Amino acid sequence: MFGELTFAAFNQGPIVLGVQIFIVFGAAAVLSLITYLRRWQWLWKEWLTSLDAKKIGIMYLVVAVVMLLRGFSDAVMLRAQQALSVGSSTGYLTANHFDQVFTAHGTIMIFFVAMPIIFGLINLVLPLQLGARDVAFPFLNSLSFWLYAAGAALIMLSLVVGEFAATGWLAYPPLSELQYSPGVGVDYWIWALQISGAGSLIAGINFVATIITKRAPGMTLMRMPIFAWTALGSMTLVVFAFPVLTATLAMLALDRYLGMHFFTAGGGGNMMMYVNLIWTWGHPEVYILALPAFGVFSEVVPVFAQKRLFGYTSMVAATISITLLSFVVWLHHFFTMGATPDVNAFFGIMTMVIAIPTGVKIFNWLFTMFRGRIIFATPMLWFLGFVSLFTMGGMAGVLMAVPGADFQLHNSLFLVAHFHTMIISGVLFGFFAAVTYWFPKIFGFTLDETWGKRAFWCWTVGFMTAFMPLYILGFMGATRRLDHYPAGLGWQPLFIVAAMGVVIIALGGLCQAIQIYVSVRDRKQRVAGPDPWNARTLEWSVPSPVPFYNFAHTPQVEGRDDFWLKKKRGAPPELPAEDIELPRNTSLGMFMAGAAFVAGFGLVWHIWWLVAFALVGFFVLLVARSFADVHEELLPAAEVARLEAAARAQPI
Amino acid sequence: MHFLDSLVMLHPRGMIALSERSLMLHTIELMLIVAVPVYILIFFFAWKYRAGNTSSQYTPEWEHSKMDELVWWAIPLEIILVLAALTWTSTHALDPYKPIDTSIPPLTVQVVALDWKWLFIYPAQGIASVNYLAIPVGQPVRFELTADAPMNALWIPQLGGQEMAMPGMDNRLNLEASAPGTFVGMSSNFSGDGFSGMQFPVHAVSQSDFDAWAAGIASSSAPLTMDTYMTLAKPSENVPAAFYILADPNLYTEVMMQYMMPQGSSSSTPAAMPGMQMDAMPGMSM
Repeated sequence: MFGELTFAAFNQGPIVLGVQIFIVFGAAAVLSLITYLRRWQWLWKEWLTSLDAKKIGIMYLVVAVVMLLRGFSDAVMLRAQQALSVGSSTGYLTANHFDQVFTAHGTIMIFFVAMPIIFGLINLVLPLQLGARDVAFPFLNSLSFWLYAAGAALIMLSLVVGEFAATGWLAYPPLSELQYSPGVGVDYWIWALQISGAGSLIAGINFVATIITKRAPGMTLMRMPIFAWTALGSMTLVVFAFPVLTATLAMLALDRYLGMHFFTAGGGGNMMMYVNLIWTWGHPEVYILALPAFGVFSEVVPVFAQKRLFGYTSMVAATISITLLSFVVWLHHFFTMGATPDVNAFFGIMTMVIAIPTGVKIFNWLFTMFRGRIIFATPMLWFLGFVSLFTMGGMAGVLMAVPGADFQLHNSLFLVAHFHTMIISGVLFGFFAAVTYWFPKIFGFTLDETWGKRAFWCWTVGFMTAFMPLYILGFMGATRRLDHYPAGLGWQPLFIVAAMGVVIIALGGLCQAIQIYVSVRDRKQRVAGPDPWNARTLEWSVPSPVPFYNFAHTPQVEGRDDFWLKKKRGAPPELPAEDIELPRNTSLGMFMAGAAFVAGFGLVWHIWWLVAFALVGFFVLLVARSFADVHEELLPAAEVARLEAAARAQPI
Repeated sequence: MHFLDSLVMLHPRGMIALSERSLMLHTIELMLIVAVPVYILIFFFAWKYRAGNTSSQYTPEWEHSKMDELVWWAIPLEIILVLAALTWTSTHALDPYKPIDTSIPPLTVQVVALDWKWLFIYPAQGIASVNYLAIPVGQPVRFELTADAPMNALWIPQLGGQEMAMPGMDNRLNLEASAPGTFVGMSSNFSGDGFSGMQFPVHAVSQSDFDAWAAGIASSSAPLTMDTYMTLAKPSENVPAAFYILADPNLYTEVMMQYMMPQGSSSSTPAAMPGMQMDAMPGMSM
C-alpha cells in the first residue's frame, strides 16, 4: 500500500527530530496566523492564484528567502562540525548526516535559492523595463513558480520523512547508484530537481519569448536596458542547458528504478558520461545565475554614479560572448579525470577566454563611475563589495583554469572558497543590491539605509572571515567534504575562524531583518514616489507601487534610457489610458504542481498507485486548461484612468 | 607545526609539485597585471568622484570611447594569449600520463581505491600495502589507478597533483619525490561515509631503505589472495596500515576486469578472468 514507506522513515535521531518538530509547529503557527488574521481569501485571490508577474516574482523571492534560511542553517552545521571534529573528537554529526547536510546545502543554495532569486528578479523587473504589461505566457509563469515551490517542498519533506542524498550536490555515479546509495535520499534529490527543473525550463522559454515579443513600440533590442540583455542571455542558457539536466537525471533514475546501466560501474555503464553531461548543464548554470546579477549592477552603477552607462555596445557584446562561451568550458570541472592534455588545454584556454568579456564589464562599470557624481547608497556599496570580491574570486578561477595548477587545487577547499566567492558576491550581493534598488518600486517606500549599510559591512567582513581561511586551507592540502581530520595538520584554527565568519554573516542577515522591520514600521515617512533614485529606465515612469496593469498607456520608446531622455526634455505629455486585457486568476498551476509533488513523493517511496493517480490528475488539469475558452478579462480605459489617477495621488 | 610549514602546497618535495607551484605563481603574476589596476581604479574613482566632491570633473553624458574600450578588450586578450600559451605547454609538460623524463626506470605502484581505504600493489616487489605508501627518493613512480568503489582521487600535495581512480578504468599518475620525508596522501574526491578516513602516510626513503622495507614485507607478511582481497574490499572505515605478500600478480587487472563483464558488479567473481592482460582490452583507458 505505501511502497517502501514505513514508520522507520520518520525516525532519524534527535537532531532531526528537533527540526521535524520545528517544521510541523512552524507550519501550524503560520497557518493559524493566517486564519486568525482572516487572510485566506486575500492570500488566495491576491497571491496564490495571481498571474501578475510582479506578484509571482515576490512569491519566488519569499520562498527563496525561506530556503536561504534552510541552506544557511546547513552551512552553520557544516562549519560547526569542521571546527570541532578534529583528532580524537568526532564532532556532533555522524559522517552520513554530515554528508546529507553538505549535499542539501549545495542543492538548496543553487536550485532553490539562487535560481528563484533570478526568476523572481526577472519577473519583477523585466516586463516593466520592456514597457510590457506582462510576460508572454502568464499561466506558464504561474506554473513555473508552483513547480519550483513543489520541488522545494519535496526537498524539505526529505527532512521529515526518510533521508536526503549523501552524495554531494551533483550526485556523481557510481556513488549515487543503487549499489552505493540504496536509500531514498538520491530519489528525493532526483525528483525535487526534475520537478523544479521543469519549472525552470518553462520559465526560460517564457522569458525569452517575452523579450522577443513583448517589447514596447520603439524598444529595439539595442535600446533594451542591460538587465534585459543579461536576462536574455541567462534565459537562453536555461532553454539550452536545462533539457540536458532533465535527460541526465532521467537516465540516472532509469538506472535506479529499472536496473539500467547508463552510469553504473560495470554492465556497460559509463560514469564519466554522467560527469560530462551534468557539467554540460552545470557550467552554463553558473552564468544563468551570474549574468542577471551583472545586469543588476549595470542598472545600479549609472543611477548612483549619476551618469550614463559607459560602453553599452561593449556590454551587450560581452553578455553575448559569455552566453556562447559558457557552453564550451564544462570540462574544466574535471581536468583530473584523465583526458588527454590536448583536451584539457583546450578547455582550460576556453575558460580563460571568458575572463575577457567579464573583465570588459568590470572596466565599463569602472568608467561609468569615472567623472560621475557617486552617491554611496546601499546598492552602490553592494556593487563595490561585489567588484572587490568577484575580481579576487575570478583570479582564483583563472588559476584553476590552468590544468597544471588545477591538478593541485581541484576539490580542495580553495575550490570551495572560489565558487562561494563567485556566487555570494555575484548572485547574492547582486540580489541585495536589486532588492534595495527596486523595493520602493514594488512596495512604494524605500528601505532603511542605516541598517542596510550595517548589513553590507557584516556580510562583507563576515564573508572574508569565513572564506579567506578556506583559500589558505586549500594550500594546506585540505579537501572538501571532510567530516573529520587529524589534529597534526594545523587546520583547526582556520576552521574556527571560518566558523566565526559565519556568525558575522548571520549578524548581516539579522541587520536585514531589522532593516525590513524598521522600514515597514516607518513606511509613512519613507514614501518613495515613482522615481526615488532619479533613475533611467521605464519602470521608474509608472507609480510606486506599480499598478497591476503596469502601464496605463503603452510607452513609445524613442531611445536608450528612454525615461531619462524624456525627463531631461521636460514633463512628458499625459497619454490617455487604454483598454487593457489582463489574464484572469487561476489556481490551475498550483494544482498541477501539487500533482507533480504527489507524483514525486510516490516515486521516491515506490507507491505506484499514487504516482498513477497524480499523473492522471496532472493530465486532466492540463486538458481542463485547454477547454477553458476565456483566459483574459478587459479593464476598460475609464477604469484604468481612475486607478492611475488614484495611484499617482496616493503613493501608499 | 608552524603555520607556514603547514602550507604544504608551497613546500613541494617532488619535481611535479615544484613545477605546479611555479606554474601557479606565474599565472598569479600575469593576472595581477589586470587585477591591480582594477583594485586601484575602483577605490580611487569611488573616492575621487564621490558626490560630495564638486571640484572633480562631471561628464554625465559621456558614455562611449572607442579607444578606451579597445584598450580593455585588448589588454585582457593579450594576457589571456600569454596565459593560453603557458597553459598549452604546461598542460602537456605536466600531463599526469606522461612518464617523468629521466633515465631511471619508474617504480610501478598499482592503486585500488576501496570503500574506504587505499590498496597499493607493488608488482615488481611482489608486495601490497593498505593505507601506507613507501617510495624511493629520486626514482619516478608510475601510479596505475583504478577503484573497486565509487570514484576517488589520489592526491599527495607535496609530490604533485591528483588523478581520479574509477571502477573499471585504468588511469595514470607519474610523480617523483626529490627529498626524503613523510607526506600526507588522501582521497580528494568524495566517495561516501568513510571518505574522511582515507588519509595515509607517504614515506619517501632512500633506495636501500625502500628495498629493505619491501624485502621485509615480502618475507614476513600474510599473502594477499583473492579471498583476502574480497574481505578487504568490503566497506570499512579508518583502516590502519596493513601489509601483504602479493599472491596473485594479476590482482589489479582482475579487479578492473570485474567491471568489464556483461553483468559487472563487485559481487561477481574476479577470478573468472585469470591472467587477462590490459593490452588485450583497447579503449579501457581514457
